[in-house]
Amino acid sequence: MIDQITVFLENEKGRLAALCRALGDADVSMHALTVADTAQYGVARIIADTPAKAYEALNEKGFRASLTKVFAVEIPDHAGGLATLLEAFDAAGVNVEYAYCFATEGGKAVDVLRIDNHEVAEGIITSAGFRVIRPTELYA
Amino acid sequence: MTNSTGRVAGPEKYFQPEIEKMERSELEALQLARLKTTVARCYENIPFYRETFDEAGLAPTDIQTLDDLRKLPFTTKQDMRDSYPFDLFTLPVDDGRVQRLHASSGTTGNATVVGYTQNDIDAWGDTFARAIAQVGGDEHSILQVAYGYGLFTGGLGAHEGGIRIHSTILPMSSGNTKRQVQMMHDFGVDILACTPSYALLIADTAIEMGFDPANDFKVSGAICGAEPCSEGMRRDIERKLGVKMVDIYGLSEVMGPGVSCECRHQSGLHVAEDHFIIEILDPDTLEPVPDGEYGEVIFTTLSKECSPLIRYRTRDISRIVVGTCACGRTLRRMDRIQGRTDDMLIIRGVNVFPSQFQEVLANFEEVTSYYQIILSNKGPLDHVTLKVETVPAFDFDEIRRIEDLQKRINAELKSNLQVSVEVMVVEPKSIERSEGKARRVIDERDKD
Repeated sequence: MIDQITVFLENEKGRLAALCRALGDADVSMHALTVADTAQYGVARIIADTPAKAYEALNEKGFRASLTKVFAVEIPDHAGGLATLLEAFDAAGVNVEYAYCFATEGGKAVDVLRIDNHEVAEGIITSAGFRVIRPTELYA
Repeated sequence: MTNSTGRVAGPEKYFQPEIEKMERSELEALQLARLKTTVARCYENIPFYRETFDEAGLAPTDIQTLDDLRKLPFTTKQDMRDSYPFDLFTLPVDDGRVQRLHASSGTTGNATVVGYTQNDIDAWGDTFARAIAQVGGDEHSILQVAYGYGLFTGGLGAHEGGIRIHSTILPMSSGNTKRQVQMMHDFGVDILACTPSYALLIADTAIEMGFDPANDFKVSGAICGAEPCSEGMRRDIERKLGVKMVDIYGLSEVMGPGVSCECRHQSGLHVAEDHFIIEILDPDTLEPVPDGEYGEVIFTTLSKECSPLIRYRTRDISRIVVGTCACGRTLRRMDRIQGRTDDMLIIRGVNVFPSQFQEVLANFEEVTSYYQIILSNKGPLDHVTLKVETVPAFDFDEIRRIEDLQKRINAELKSNLQVSVEVMVVEPKSIERSEGKARRVIDERDKD
Protein backbone atom coordinates (compact mmCIF):
# COMPACT_ATOMS: atom_id res chain seq x y z
CA MET A 1 0.00 0.00 0.00
CA ILE A 2 1.07 3.56 -0.53
CA ASP A 3 0.74 6.79 1.44
CA GLN A 4 -1.65 9.33 0.04
CA ILE A 5 -1.43 12.90 1.35
CA THR A 6 -4.85 14.28 2.19
CA VAL A 7 -5.25 18.02 2.73
CA PHE A 8 -8.28 19.86 4.08
CA LEU A 9 -8.77 23.12 2.19
CA GLU A 10 -11.19 25.93 2.79
CA ASN A 11 -13.00 27.15 -0.31
CA GLU A 12 -10.93 30.25 -0.49
CA LYS A 13 -9.22 31.89 -3.43
CA GLY A 14 -5.65 30.74 -3.91
CA ARG A 15 -5.61 27.90 -1.36
CA LEU A 16 -4.94 25.19 -3.94
CA ALA A 17 -2.21 27.28 -5.52
CA ALA A 18 -0.66 27.83 -2.11
CA LEU A 19 -0.78 24.08 -1.47
CA CYS A 20 0.98 23.30 -4.75
CA ARG A 21 3.53 26.03 -4.15
CA ALA A 22 4.30 24.63 -0.70
CA LEU A 23 4.93 21.22 -2.23
CA GLY A 24 7.00 22.74 -5.04
CA ASP A 25 9.14 24.67 -2.56
CA ALA A 26 9.74 21.46 -0.64
CA ASP A 27 10.88 19.83 -3.90
CA VAL A 28 8.02 17.31 -3.84
CA SER A 29 6.83 16.04 -7.20
CA MET A 30 3.20 15.01 -7.58
CA HIS A 31 2.05 11.96 -9.53
CA ALA A 32 -1.63 12.63 -9.04
CA LEU A 33 -3.91 15.29 -7.54
CA THR A 34 -7.65 15.08 -7.15
CA VAL A 35 -9.92 17.49 -5.28
CA ALA A 36 -13.26 16.50 -3.86
CA ASP A 37 -15.16 19.71 -3.25
CA THR A 38 -18.25 20.78 -1.33
CA ALA A 39 -19.78 24.23 -1.00
CA GLN A 40 -17.69 25.01 2.07
CA TYR A 41 -14.43 23.18 1.66
CA GLY A 42 -12.42 20.76 -0.45
CA VAL A 43 -10.35 17.71 0.30
CA ALA A 44 -7.26 17.38 -1.87
CA ARG A 45 -5.78 13.90 -2.30
CA ILE A 46 -2.24 13.69 -3.57
CA ILE A 47 0.12 10.91 -4.62
CA ALA A 48 3.69 12.19 -4.48
CA ASP A 49 7.21 10.87 -4.81
CA THR A 50 8.08 11.72 -1.19
CA PRO A 51 4.91 11.55 0.92
CA ALA A 52 6.60 11.87 4.32
CA LYS A 53 8.44 15.02 3.23
CA ALA A 54 5.27 16.40 1.67
CA TYR A 55 3.33 15.77 4.87
CA GLU A 56 5.93 17.50 6.97
CA ALA A 57 6.26 20.48 4.64
CA LEU A 58 2.50 21.02 4.52
CA ASN A 59 1.97 20.85 8.26
CA GLU A 60 4.84 23.22 8.75
CA LYS A 61 3.12 25.69 6.42
CA GLY A 62 -0.07 25.42 8.52
CA PHE A 63 -2.02 23.11 6.23
CA ARG A 64 -4.22 20.46 7.73
CA ALA A 65 -2.55 17.43 6.06
CA SER A 66 -2.64 13.76 6.93
CA LEU A 67 -1.34 10.52 5.47
CA THR A 68 -3.79 7.81 4.43
CA LYS A 69 -2.97 4.26 3.34
CA VAL A 70 -4.46 3.52 -0.09
CA PHE A 71 -4.08 0.81 -2.71
CA ALA A 72 -2.45 1.63 -6.04
CA VAL A 73 -3.41 -1.02 -8.59
CA GLU A 74 -2.06 -1.39 -12.09
CA ILE A 75 -4.94 -1.49 -14.58
CA PRO A 76 -4.57 -2.94 -18.09
CA ASP A 77 -5.17 -0.29 -20.68
CA HIS A 78 -8.26 -1.67 -22.42
CA ALA A 79 -12.01 -1.13 -22.22
CA GLY A 80 -13.57 -2.63 -19.10
CA GLY A 81 -10.24 -3.05 -17.26
CA LEU A 82 -11.28 -1.12 -14.16
CA ALA A 83 -14.81 -2.51 -14.27
CA THR A 84 -13.51 -6.05 -13.78
CA LEU A 85 -11.63 -5.00 -10.64
CA LEU A 86 -14.56 -3.10 -9.13
CA GLU A 87 -16.93 -6.00 -9.88
CA ALA A 88 -14.64 -8.26 -7.88
CA PHE A 89 -15.02 -5.95 -4.84
CA ASP A 90 -18.72 -5.74 -5.39
CA ALA A 91 -19.05 -9.54 -5.56
CA ALA A 92 -17.12 -9.84 -2.28
CA GLY A 93 -19.35 -7.19 -0.65
CA VAL A 94 -16.36 -4.88 -0.02
CA ASN A 95 -17.01 -1.17 -0.08
CA VAL A 96 -14.70 1.20 -1.97
CA GLU A 97 -14.68 4.63 -0.30
CA TYR A 98 -13.31 6.44 -3.34
CA ALA A 99 -11.15 5.86 -6.38
CA TYR A 100 -9.22 7.87 -8.97
CA CYS A 101 -6.71 7.17 -11.73
CA PHE A 102 -3.38 8.44 -12.94
CA ALA A 103 -0.69 7.29 -15.36
CA THR A 104 2.92 6.53 -14.49
CA GLU A 105 5.95 7.70 -16.41
CA GLY A 106 6.10 4.28 -18.03
CA GLY A 107 2.60 4.81 -19.44
CA LYS A 108 0.88 2.40 -17.07
CA ALA A 109 -2.61 3.21 -15.84
CA VAL A 110 -2.84 3.18 -12.05
CA ASP A 111 -6.04 3.21 -10.02
CA VAL A 112 -5.97 4.49 -6.44
CA LEU A 113 -8.54 2.95 -4.11
CA ARG A 114 -9.38 3.59 -0.48
CA ILE A 115 -10.69 0.41 1.11
CA ASP A 116 -10.73 0.00 4.86
CA ASN A 117 -10.30 -3.76 5.16
CA HIS A 118 -6.72 -3.97 3.88
CA GLU A 119 -6.12 -7.71 4.06
CA VAL A 120 -9.36 -8.74 2.43
CA ALA A 121 -8.89 -6.10 -0.28
CA GLU A 122 -5.38 -7.24 -1.15
CA GLY A 123 -6.68 -10.81 -1.58
CA ILE A 124 -9.48 -9.71 -3.87
CA ILE A 125 -7.16 -7.62 -6.04
CA THR A 126 -4.69 -10.45 -6.46
CA SER A 127 -7.22 -13.19 -7.11
CA ALA A 128 -8.96 -11.00 -9.70
CA GLY A 129 -5.63 -11.02 -11.55
CA PHE A 130 -4.48 -7.49 -10.78
CA ARG A 131 -1.16 -6.30 -9.38
CA VAL A 132 -0.77 -4.00 -6.37
CA ILE A 133 1.93 -1.42 -7.00
CA ARG A 134 4.61 -1.24 -4.29
CA PRO A 135 5.73 2.03 -2.75
CA THR A 136 9.21 1.61 -4.28
CA GLU A 137 7.73 1.87 -7.76
CA LEU A 138 6.29 5.32 -7.03
CA TYR A 139 8.55 6.91 -4.46
CA ALA A 140 11.72 8.74 -5.33
CA MET B 1 6.46 14.48 39.39
CA THR B 2 3.41 12.40 38.55
CA ASN B 3 0.56 14.43 37.34
CA SER B 4 -3.14 14.25 36.88
CA THR B 5 -5.52 17.10 36.35
CA GLY B 6 -5.07 19.58 39.13
CA ARG B 7 -1.99 19.22 41.29
CA VAL B 8 -3.57 21.18 44.12
CA ALA B 9 -3.63 18.75 47.00
CA GLY B 10 -3.29 18.85 50.75
CA PRO B 11 -5.32 20.83 53.23
CA GLU B 12 -7.66 23.63 52.17
CA LYS B 13 -5.91 27.01 52.14
CA TYR B 14 -7.48 30.31 53.08
CA PHE B 15 -6.07 33.81 52.85
CA GLN B 16 -8.51 35.33 55.36
CA PRO B 17 -10.19 32.40 57.14
CA GLU B 18 -11.66 34.71 59.79
CA ILE B 19 -13.77 36.28 57.04
CA GLU B 20 -14.11 33.45 54.57
CA LYS B 21 -15.49 31.10 57.25
CA MET B 22 -17.32 33.71 59.34
CA GLU B 23 -20.64 32.75 60.94
CA ARG B 24 -23.47 34.02 58.74
CA SER B 25 -25.02 36.08 61.54
CA GLU B 26 -21.71 37.76 62.19
CA LEU B 27 -21.16 38.35 58.47
CA GLU B 28 -24.61 39.85 58.06
CA ALA B 29 -24.00 42.20 60.97
CA LEU B 30 -20.77 43.28 59.29
CA GLN B 31 -22.62 43.77 56.00
CA LEU B 32 -25.32 45.90 57.63
CA ALA B 33 -22.82 48.13 59.39
CA ARG B 34 -20.88 48.63 56.19
CA LEU B 35 -24.03 49.17 54.14
CA LYS B 36 -25.14 51.98 56.44
CA THR B 37 -21.75 53.64 56.13
CA THR B 38 -21.77 53.28 52.35
CA VAL B 39 -25.27 54.67 51.93
CA ALA B 40 -24.48 57.66 54.13
CA ARG B 41 -21.24 58.27 52.28
CA CYS B 42 -22.99 58.15 48.91
CA TYR B 43 -25.77 60.47 50.05
CA GLU B 44 -23.41 63.02 51.53
CA ASN B 45 -20.81 63.09 48.77
CA ILE B 46 -22.40 62.16 45.45
CA PRO B 47 -25.10 64.43 44.01
CA PHE B 48 -26.42 61.62 41.81
CA TYR B 49 -27.26 59.50 44.84
CA ARG B 50 -28.62 62.44 46.83
CA GLU B 51 -31.01 63.18 43.96
CA THR B 52 -32.16 59.59 43.44
CA PHE B 53 -32.64 59.09 47.20
CA ASP B 54 -34.57 62.33 47.51
CA GLU B 55 -36.74 61.40 44.53
CA ALA B 56 -37.52 58.07 46.19
CA GLY B 57 -38.21 59.87 49.47
CA LEU B 58 -35.42 58.02 51.23
CA ALA B 59 -32.92 59.10 53.83
CA PRO B 60 -29.77 57.10 54.71
CA THR B 61 -31.29 56.45 58.14
CA ASP B 62 -34.09 54.45 56.51
CA ILE B 63 -31.60 51.60 56.09
CA GLN B 64 -32.00 49.61 59.30
CA THR B 65 -31.86 46.03 58.06
CA LEU B 66 -30.24 44.28 55.10
CA ASP B 67 -33.71 43.87 53.57
CA ASP B 68 -34.03 47.66 53.49
CA LEU B 69 -31.50 47.55 50.66
CA ARG B 70 -34.43 46.78 48.39
CA LYS B 71 -35.86 50.23 48.96
CA LEU B 72 -32.82 51.82 47.30
CA PRO B 73 -32.75 52.89 43.66
CA PHE B 74 -30.57 51.10 41.10
CA THR B 75 -27.43 52.34 39.41
CA THR B 76 -26.97 51.48 35.73
CA LYS B 77 -24.05 51.51 33.34
CA GLN B 78 -25.69 54.52 31.68
CA ASP B 79 -25.68 56.36 35.02
CA MET B 80 -21.95 55.72 35.19
CA ARG B 81 -21.43 56.97 31.64
CA ASP B 82 -23.49 60.06 32.36
CA SER B 83 -21.26 60.73 35.36
CA TYR B 84 -18.12 60.75 33.22
CA PRO B 85 -15.49 61.15 34.36
CA PHE B 86 -15.58 61.66 38.15
CA ASP B 87 -19.14 62.51 39.15
CA LEU B 88 -19.66 59.23 41.02
CA PHE B 89 -16.53 59.70 43.14
CA THR B 90 -16.95 60.47 46.84
CA LEU B 91 -13.66 62.36 46.77
CA PRO B 92 -12.22 65.06 44.53
CA VAL B 93 -9.81 63.30 42.18
CA ASP B 94 -6.97 65.59 43.31
CA ASP B 95 -7.74 65.13 46.99
CA GLY B 96 -4.57 63.14 47.54
CA ARG B 97 -6.29 59.92 48.47
CA VAL B 98 -7.33 58.74 45.00
CA GLN B 99 -4.44 56.46 44.15
CA ARG B 100 -5.51 55.03 40.83
CA LEU B 101 -8.04 55.21 38.01
CA HIS B 102 -9.33 52.35 35.87
CA ALA B 103 -11.75 52.71 32.98
CA SER B 104 -13.72 50.50 30.66
CA SER B 105 -13.04 50.65 26.94
CA GLY B 106 -16.00 52.90 26.23
CA THR B 107 -16.48 51.68 22.67
CA THR B 108 -20.22 52.29 22.88
CA GLY B 109 -20.24 55.63 24.66
CA ASN B 110 -18.34 57.36 27.42
CA ALA B 111 -15.97 55.13 29.34
CA THR B 112 -16.97 54.18 32.88
CA VAL B 113 -14.29 55.48 35.22
CA VAL B 114 -13.60 54.06 38.66
CA GLY B 115 -11.25 55.50 41.28
CA TYR B 116 -9.46 53.61 44.04
CA THR B 117 -8.05 54.77 47.35
CA GLN B 118 -5.23 52.75 48.91
CA ASN B 119 -7.83 50.98 51.08
CA ASP B 120 -9.82 50.14 47.96
CA ILE B 121 -6.73 48.72 46.28
CA ASP B 122 -5.87 46.70 49.39
CA ALA B 123 -9.39 45.26 49.67
CA TRP B 124 -9.29 44.37 46.00
CA GLY B 125 -5.91 42.70 46.45
CA ASP B 126 -7.30 40.74 49.41
CA THR B 127 -10.12 39.31 47.32
CA PHE B 128 -7.72 38.24 44.57
CA ALA B 129 -5.32 36.85 47.18
CA ARG B 130 -8.14 34.56 48.34
CA ALA B 131 -8.23 33.16 44.80
CA ILE B 132 -4.48 32.59 44.89
CA ALA B 133 -4.88 30.61 48.14
CA GLN B 134 -7.74 28.68 46.58
CA VAL B 135 -5.36 27.17 44.03
CA GLY B 136 -2.80 26.46 46.74
CA GLY B 137 -0.70 29.61 46.42
CA ASP B 138 1.06 31.51 49.19
CA GLU B 139 4.17 33.61 49.83
CA HIS B 140 6.33 30.85 48.36
CA SER B 141 4.56 30.84 45.00
CA ILE B 142 5.53 32.50 41.74
CA LEU B 143 2.50 34.17 40.15
CA GLN B 144 2.58 34.84 36.40
CA VAL B 145 0.15 37.61 35.55
CA ALA B 146 -0.71 37.32 31.85
CA TYR B 147 -3.78 39.53 31.98
CA GLY B 148 -3.27 42.83 30.22
CA TYR B 149 -1.92 45.59 32.47
CA GLY B 150 -3.44 48.99 32.01
CA LEU B 151 -6.86 50.54 32.31
CA PHE B 152 -8.30 47.01 32.15
CA THR B 153 -8.56 45.72 35.72
CA GLY B 154 -7.30 42.17 35.03
CA GLY B 155 -3.54 42.74 35.16
CA LEU B 156 -3.29 45.06 38.12
CA GLY B 157 -6.04 43.24 40.04
CA ALA B 158 -4.10 39.99 39.89
CA HIS B 159 -0.93 41.93 40.66
CA GLU B 160 -2.43 43.40 43.86
CA GLY B 161 -3.51 39.90 44.90
CA GLY B 162 0.07 38.76 44.55
CA ILE B 163 1.24 41.71 46.66
CA ARG B 164 -1.24 41.01 49.46
CA ILE B 165 -0.35 37.32 49.75
CA HIS B 166 3.36 38.07 49.22
CA SER B 167 3.74 35.84 46.17
CA THR B 168 6.59 36.52 43.77
CA ILE B 169 4.95 38.34 40.88
CA LEU B 170 5.95 37.91 37.26
CA PRO B 171 4.16 40.85 35.58
CA MET B 172 4.10 39.60 31.99
CA SER B 173 0.91 41.32 30.85
CA SER B 174 -0.61 39.66 27.76
CA GLY B 175 1.18 38.97 24.50
CA ASN B 176 4.54 37.56 23.45
CA THR B 177 3.25 34.07 24.10
CA LYS B 178 6.46 32.16 23.43
CA ARG B 179 8.25 34.22 26.03
CA GLN B 180 5.39 33.58 28.44
CA VAL B 181 5.93 29.86 27.95
CA GLN B 182 9.69 30.03 28.21
CA MET B 183 9.61 31.99 31.48
CA MET B 184 6.84 29.85 32.91
CA HIS B 185 9.14 26.90 32.35
CA ASP B 186 12.49 28.46 33.28
CA PHE B 187 11.29 30.29 36.40
CA GLY B 188 9.17 27.43 37.72
CA VAL B 189 5.97 29.45 37.81
CA ASP B 190 3.34 28.03 40.20
CA ILE B 191 0.22 29.96 39.29
CA LEU B 192 -0.98 31.52 36.04
CA ALA B 193 -3.55 34.31 36.00
CA CYS B 194 -5.07 35.28 32.63
CA THR B 195 -8.19 34.95 30.51
CA PRO B 196 -9.20 31.33 29.80
CA SER B 197 -8.68 31.73 26.06
CA TYR B 198 -5.18 33.04 26.70
CA ALA B 199 -4.44 30.16 29.10
CA LEU B 200 -5.38 27.80 26.31
CA LEU B 201 -3.21 29.66 23.80
CA ILE B 202 -0.28 29.53 26.22
CA ALA B 203 -0.84 25.77 26.68
CA ASP B 204 -1.07 25.15 22.94
CA THR B 205 1.98 27.28 22.27
CA ALA B 206 3.96 25.37 24.91
CA ILE B 207 3.00 22.10 23.28
CA GLU B 208 3.95 23.44 19.84
CA MET B 209 7.30 24.51 21.26
CA GLY B 210 7.90 20.88 22.17
CA PHE B 211 7.05 21.04 25.88
CA ASP B 212 4.66 18.81 27.76
CA PRO B 213 3.59 21.46 30.27
CA ALA B 214 1.40 19.05 32.22
CA ASN B 215 4.49 17.11 33.18
CA ASP B 216 7.47 19.37 32.48
CA PHE B 217 6.19 22.54 34.15
CA LYS B 218 5.83 23.26 37.85
CA VAL B 219 2.66 25.29 37.30
CA SER B 220 -0.18 23.85 39.38
CA GLY B 221 -2.92 26.47 39.46
CA ALA B 222 -4.65 28.83 37.05
CA ILE B 223 -6.95 31.70 37.94
CA CYS B 224 -8.94 32.60 34.86
CA GLY B 225 -11.64 35.17 34.29
CA ALA B 226 -12.88 38.16 32.27
CA GLU B 227 -14.63 35.98 29.71
CA PRO B 228 -16.87 32.89 29.71
CA CYS B 229 -15.22 29.50 30.08
CA SER B 230 -17.13 26.28 29.47
CA GLU B 231 -16.46 23.10 31.43
CA GLY B 232 -14.90 21.64 28.28
CA MET B 233 -12.52 24.55 27.93
CA ARG B 234 -11.64 24.29 31.63
CA ARG B 235 -10.87 20.58 31.26
CA ASP B 236 -8.74 21.38 28.23
CA ILE B 237 -6.72 23.99 30.14
CA GLU B 238 -6.38 21.71 33.18
CA ARG B 239 -5.29 18.71 31.13
CA LYS B 240 -2.84 20.55 28.88
CA LEU B 241 -1.17 22.60 31.62
CA GLY B 242 -1.61 20.11 34.46
CA VAL B 243 -3.33 22.66 36.68
CA LYS B 244 -6.39 23.20 38.78
CA MET B 245 -8.24 26.08 37.15
CA VAL B 246 -10.59 28.29 39.11
CA ASP B 247 -12.96 30.74 37.52
CA ILE B 248 -12.74 34.29 38.87
CA TYR B 249 -15.35 36.96 38.31
CA GLY B 250 -15.36 40.68 38.56
CA LEU B 251 -16.19 43.79 36.64
CA SER B 252 -14.34 47.04 36.54
CA GLU B 253 -17.37 49.10 37.57
CA VAL B 254 -17.65 47.16 40.83
CA MET B 255 -13.93 46.56 41.42
CA GLY B 256 -12.22 44.14 39.06
CA PRO B 257 -11.46 40.40 39.29
CA GLY B 258 -12.11 39.02 42.78
CA VAL B 259 -15.74 40.02 43.32
CA SER B 260 -16.29 36.27 43.36
CA CYS B 261 -14.09 33.24 42.75
CA GLU B 262 -14.37 29.48 42.74
CA CYS B 263 -12.61 27.43 45.36
CA ARG B 264 -10.87 24.23 44.31
CA HIS B 265 -14.16 22.33 44.54
CA GLN B 266 -15.24 24.24 41.41
CA SER B 267 -18.89 24.30 42.35
CA GLY B 268 -19.77 27.97 42.21
CA LEU B 269 -17.95 31.22 42.85
CA HIS B 270 -17.76 32.40 46.48
CA VAL B 271 -18.80 36.04 46.57
CA ALA B 272 -16.60 38.36 48.65
CA GLU B 273 -19.65 39.18 50.77
CA ASP B 274 -17.65 41.22 53.24
CA HIS B 275 -17.12 43.72 50.41
CA PHE B 276 -20.24 43.23 48.27
CA ILE B 277 -23.90 42.36 48.63
CA ILE B 278 -25.20 40.24 45.80
CA GLU B 279 -28.82 40.22 44.68
CA ILE B 280 -30.33 38.16 41.86
CA LEU B 281 -33.35 39.87 40.32
CA ASP B 282 -35.74 39.16 37.52
CA PRO B 283 -34.46 41.60 34.85
CA ASP B 284 -37.98 42.53 33.80
CA THR B 285 -39.78 42.95 37.12
CA LEU B 286 -36.63 43.74 39.15
CA GLU B 287 -38.03 41.57 41.92
CA PRO B 288 -35.80 39.00 43.63
CA VAL B 289 -35.88 35.46 42.26
CA PRO B 290 -35.67 32.45 44.62
CA ASP B 291 -32.19 31.08 45.31
CA GLY B 292 -31.18 28.71 42.54
CA GLU B 293 -33.06 30.56 39.81
CA TYR B 294 -31.36 32.64 37.16
CA GLY B 295 -31.67 36.39 37.03
CA GLU B 296 -29.65 39.58 36.67
CA VAL B 297 -26.81 39.98 39.13
CA ILE B 298 -26.90 43.20 41.18
CA PHE B 299 -24.02 44.32 43.42
CA THR B 300 -23.82 46.87 46.18
CA THR B 301 -20.31 47.70 47.35
CA LEU B 302 -19.73 47.73 51.10
CA SER B 303 -16.18 48.92 51.62
CA LYS B 304 -15.28 51.01 48.61
CA GLU B 305 -14.24 54.52 49.51
CA CYS B 306 -13.76 56.32 46.22
CA SER B 307 -16.33 54.75 43.88
CA PRO B 308 -19.07 53.02 45.87
CA LEU B 309 -22.05 51.69 43.95
CA ILE B 310 -25.55 51.05 45.19
CA ARG B 311 -27.50 48.26 43.54
CA TYR B 312 -25.45 48.24 40.35
CA ARG B 313 -27.15 46.37 37.53
CA THR B 314 -24.39 44.26 35.99
CA ARG B 315 -26.47 42.88 33.07
CA ASP B 316 -24.82 39.53 33.89
CA ILE B 317 -27.08 36.52 34.26
CA SER B 318 -26.37 34.04 37.05
CA ARG B 319 -27.94 32.44 40.09
CA ILE B 320 -27.18 31.65 43.70
CA VAL B 321 -25.79 28.15 44.23
CA VAL B 322 -27.85 26.62 47.01
CA GLY B 323 -26.30 24.69 49.87
CA THR B 324 -22.97 24.71 51.65
CA CYS B 325 -19.58 24.18 50.04
CA ALA B 326 -17.17 21.39 50.97
CA CYS B 327 -14.37 23.96 51.38
CA GLY B 328 -15.86 25.31 54.61
CA ARG B 329 -16.31 28.85 53.35
CA THR B 330 -19.57 30.43 54.48
CA LEU B 331 -19.48 33.02 51.70
CA ARG B 332 -22.38 32.28 49.39
CA ARG B 333 -21.70 31.12 45.87
CA MET B 334 -22.94 32.44 42.56
CA ASP B 335 -22.96 30.25 39.49
CA ARG B 336 -20.76 30.95 36.50
CA ILE B 337 -22.14 33.72 34.33
CA GLN B 338 -24.67 32.28 31.94
CA GLY B 339 -24.43 35.28 29.68
CA ARG B 340 -24.80 39.01 29.61
CA THR B 341 -28.12 40.59 28.98
CA ASP B 342 -26.10 42.71 26.48
CA ASP B 343 -24.36 39.69 24.87
CA MET B 344 -27.55 37.78 24.57
CA LEU B 345 -28.11 37.00 20.93
CA ILE B 346 -31.62 37.07 19.63
CA ILE B 347 -31.66 34.63 16.74
CA ARG B 348 -34.98 34.24 15.00
CA GLY B 349 -36.61 35.42 18.18
CA VAL B 350 -34.81 32.88 20.38
CA ASN B 351 -32.59 34.11 23.21
CA VAL B 352 -29.18 32.47 22.98
CA PHE B 353 -25.89 33.06 24.78
CA PRO B 354 -22.53 32.37 23.08
CA SER B 355 -21.60 30.25 26.10
CA GLN B 356 -24.30 27.78 25.11
CA PHE B 357 -22.53 27.09 21.82
CA GLN B 358 -19.36 26.50 23.79
CA GLU B 359 -21.07 24.03 26.13
CA VAL B 360 -22.38 22.00 23.19
CA LEU B 361 -19.01 21.94 21.39
CA ALA B 362 -17.28 20.79 24.58
CA ASN B 363 -19.00 17.42 24.09
CA PHE B 364 -17.38 16.85 20.70
CA GLU B 365 -13.85 15.56 20.98
CA GLU B 366 -13.42 15.94 17.22
CA VAL B 367 -13.24 19.74 17.47
CA THR B 368 -10.94 22.18 19.26
CA SER B 369 -12.07 24.75 21.84
CA TYR B 370 -11.85 27.56 19.32
CA TYR B 371 -15.06 28.60 17.63
CA GLN B 372 -16.71 31.60 16.06
CA ILE B 373 -20.36 32.46 15.54
CA ILE B 374 -21.28 34.51 12.48
CA LEU B 375 -24.75 36.01 12.24
CA SER B 376 -25.98 37.19 8.87
CA ASN B 377 -29.16 37.83 6.92
CA LYS B 378 -30.07 35.22 4.37
CA GLY B 379 -33.43 36.27 3.02
CA PRO B 380 -35.80 37.35 5.75
CA LEU B 381 -34.34 34.99 8.38
CA ASP B 382 -31.26 35.25 10.57
CA HIS B 383 -28.57 32.87 9.44
CA VAL B 384 -26.10 31.41 11.91
CA THR B 385 -22.75 30.00 10.83
CA LEU B 386 -20.62 28.30 13.43
CA LYS B 387 -16.96 27.91 12.51
CA VAL B 388 -15.10 25.04 14.15
CA GLU B 389 -11.67 23.49 13.72
CA THR B 390 -11.08 19.76 13.92
CA VAL B 391 -8.39 18.28 16.15
CA PRO B 392 -5.29 16.79 14.47
CA ALA B 393 -6.45 13.24 15.27
CA PHE B 394 -9.66 13.67 13.29
CA ASP B 395 -9.63 11.64 10.07
CA PHE B 396 -11.03 13.92 7.38
CA ASP B 397 -9.91 11.82 4.40
CA GLU B 398 -13.46 10.63 3.90
CA ILE B 399 -15.77 13.55 3.29
CA ARG B 400 -18.69 11.71 4.83
CA ARG B 401 -16.91 11.83 8.19
CA ILE B 402 -16.76 15.63 8.01
CA GLU B 403 -20.38 15.75 6.92
CA ASP B 404 -21.37 13.36 9.68
CA LEU B 405 -19.61 15.54 12.27
CA GLN B 406 -21.36 18.64 10.93
CA LYS B 407 -24.71 16.88 11.14
CA ARG B 408 -24.16 15.67 14.69
CA ILE B 409 -23.07 19.11 15.94
CA ASN B 410 -25.99 20.68 14.14
CA ALA B 411 -28.47 18.24 15.71
CA GLU B 412 -27.04 18.81 19.17
CA LEU B 413 -27.23 22.61 18.78
CA LYS B 414 -30.75 22.35 17.44
CA SER B 415 -31.93 20.32 20.41
CA ASN B 416 -30.11 22.48 22.98
CA LEU B 417 -30.63 25.94 21.54
CA GLN B 418 -33.70 25.54 19.33
CA VAL B 419 -31.72 27.23 16.59
CA SER B 420 -30.62 25.79 13.27
CA VAL B 421 -26.95 26.41 12.64
CA GLU B 422 -24.73 25.92 9.61
CA VAL B 423 -21.66 24.20 10.99
CA MET B 424 -18.57 25.06 9.00
CA VAL B 425 -15.35 23.12 9.40
CA VAL B 426 -12.41 25.43 8.74
CA GLU B 427 -8.66 25.00 8.43
CA PRO B 428 -6.52 24.76 11.56
CA LYS B 429 -5.73 28.07 13.24
CA SER B 430 -7.96 30.02 10.91
CA ILE B 431 -10.15 31.03 13.85
CA GLU B 432 -8.63 34.06 15.54
CA ARG B 433 -6.53 33.24 18.62
CA SER B 434 -6.70 35.82 21.30
CA GLU B 435 -4.39 37.35 23.82
CA GLY B 436 -7.24 38.98 25.67
CA LYS B 437 -10.94 38.61 25.28
CA ALA B 438 -11.72 36.38 22.31
CA ARG B 439 -14.10 37.72 19.67
CA ARG B 440 -16.54 34.83 19.49
CA VAL B 441 -19.45 36.52 17.77
CA ILE B 442 -19.49 38.45 14.51
CA ASP B 443 -22.85 40.02 13.82
CA GLU B 444 -23.19 40.96 10.15
CA ARG B 445 -26.95 41.35 10.28
CA ASP B 446 -28.50 44.56 8.97
CA LYS B 447 -29.34 46.83 11.84
CA ASP B 448 -32.55 48.75 11.55
